[in-house]
Amino acid sequence: MSVTSEEVARVARLARVRMSEDELARLAPELSKILDWVEQLSRVDTSAVEPMTAVIPNRLRLREDVVDADPDTGGGRRDDVLANAPAAEHGFFGVPKVIE
Amino acid sequence: MTQLTDLGVMALRNGVARGDFTAAEVANAFNAAVAEGGALNAFIVTTPDHAAAAAARVDADRAAGKPLGPLAGVPIGMKDLFATRGVQTTAASAILEGFVPPYESTVSQRLWDAGAGMLGKLNLDQFAMGSSNETSHFGNVVSPWRRSDGGETPMSPGGSSGGSSAAIAARLCPAATGTDTGGSIRQPAAFTGICGIKPTYGRCSRWGVVAFASSLDQAGPMARSVEDCAVMLEAMAGFDPKDATSLDEPVPQWSAALDADLRGLKVGVPCEYRREGMDEAIVAVWEQGKAWLRDAGAQLVDISLPHTDYALPAYYIVAPAEASSNLARYDGVRYGLREAPAGVGLQEMYAATRAAGFGDEVKRRILIGTYVLSAGFYDAYYTQAQKVRTLVARDFRNAWAECDVILAPTTPTASFPLGSLSEDPLTMYLNDVFAVPASLAGLPAMSVPGGLNPDGLPLGLQIIGKPLDEQGVLNAGLAIEQRAGFTARPQRWW
Repeated sequence: MSVTSEEVARVARLARVRMSEDELARLAPELSKILDWVEQLSRVDTSAVEPMTAVIPNRLRLREDVVDADPDTGGGRRDDVLANAPAAEHGFFGVPKVIE
Repeated sequence: MTQLTDLGVMALRNGVARGDFTAAEVANAFNAAVAEGGALNAFIVTTPDHAAAAAARVDADRAAGKPLGPLAGVPIGMKDLFATRGVQTTAASAILEGFVPPYESTVSQRLWDAGAGMLGKLNLDQFAMGSSNETSHFGNVVSPWRRSDGGETPMSPGGSSGGSSAAIAARLCPAATGTDTGGSIRQPAAFTGICGIKPTYGRCSRWGVVAFASSLDQAGPMARSVEDCAVMLEAMAGFDPKDATSLDEPVPQWSAALDADLRGLKVGVPCEYRREGMDEAIVAVWEQGKAWLRDAGAQLVDISLPHTDYALPAYYIVAPAEASSNLARYDGVRYGLREAPAGVGLQEMYAATRAAGFGDEVKRRILIGTYVLSAGFYDAYYTQAQKVRTLVARDFRNAWAECDVILAPTTPTASFPLGSLSEDPLTMYLNDVFAVPASLAGLPAMSVPGGLNPDGLPLGLQIIGKPLDEQGVLNAGLAIEQRAGFTARPQRWW
């Protein structure tokens, strides 16, 4: 199956990755080749097979309903959370203006 | 006298405990080796102070008569995919350059608690996506190995844990952490003549490990002997409530139970791993491996894993799909790079940041992942791949009725020159053809050195085991190690 550079542009938009015309033109045949190759999976009869949901059987755990049960994942760490933000202001993440 | 940097994990730990040398002497020796190893580009940042401080604590504890941890006095390398408090963690990407985690990953914390120190953060393929260490934002890692023809062609250390493999083979560190999503511990171990084990999925916590494909990612140790891998894994593994897929299972003392007597063990040899036109040296080392295991008392049985051919294409749907989702978090808002030309809005900022911050291979996989998950394609690609994954896992389950472990080559070729495959993503992907099936099934698997090919480059043998049977994998690995007598090491040129 052949992917056009318009289709690559659509996917790049969905993935929020800006791409130049050159990049799109280069990627289209690369992605086509990879998708052609994975296409062979359609030959496998999977009509009686469930898709895998867990690679090793495990049960879903719930943590205790306690505030800050684990200090690493609990609250009260605003400054740590903001420490690596490119534009933290007034205790918040800063972003370009969203609403006109 | 043997140089300290030639010693492995157990020899260093025992020597420090006995007082043959101090932990500070060990840390100094390895810090110096790391500083001299710059030409390999194995480290993104070095942390000599971290190693020295850990060593000082061990020496003080020993002087005070306190009990020492199982890795006391052993300085190690940390793949730069593990978050380390106060030390830059990049996943070898531009988008995370300068990111300094305020927390420590569970696996690295366990290693420090065991007495280990950190020599530095090891280079890797960007976001662990690659099989040659050519996708790092911080440059290629160069293998310490060269072909025996006297040439100087720079060879690939494998990937994605190529900084780890290169540093261990070059004696810059006795051991290192790796992560394996589709072969990223085993393939670089094979390329550089060292050992590496990917444990059962869920053994090692993924908390604080930069995510690539969460249903496949698993941390594991790399070192120069099976026993060193076992003792490292004992420190790294264990239940962690902060990782929803962490296995709540006791951690066996694998190193204490190592046993190379394989009488009564059945070793499966999968016929599907015998490829048309396969490299003769790979066929030869595989035959040799069978003979070694037979010599150790094992019985060899032919088995079939009929969906082997479909494992790799299924992987190249599942892994990019999960990656496209995991990497959505890099948005220029919470951490890392931001590209926001004046006057642009939020959406343009996202797209510009991600364009500038991700390398070509990462973008390629994000696009494949986004494509296969997009409306109209999801069932044909992603659901079908997850069904094939069920079949791959079922093949292994059926095989366990006939055998206890499986022996296969780790890779279809030895190391290749840097740059020789990077033009063709598909050919590069095929290098993981023998590693990926065990990843899709979440099984423990290890690579141990089997010998050298006619070019003087290392080849690895792979042992795949049942879920949670790391012991069986390590024991078979030990039997091979004892018989292979692999003492070859790269000639120092760096």
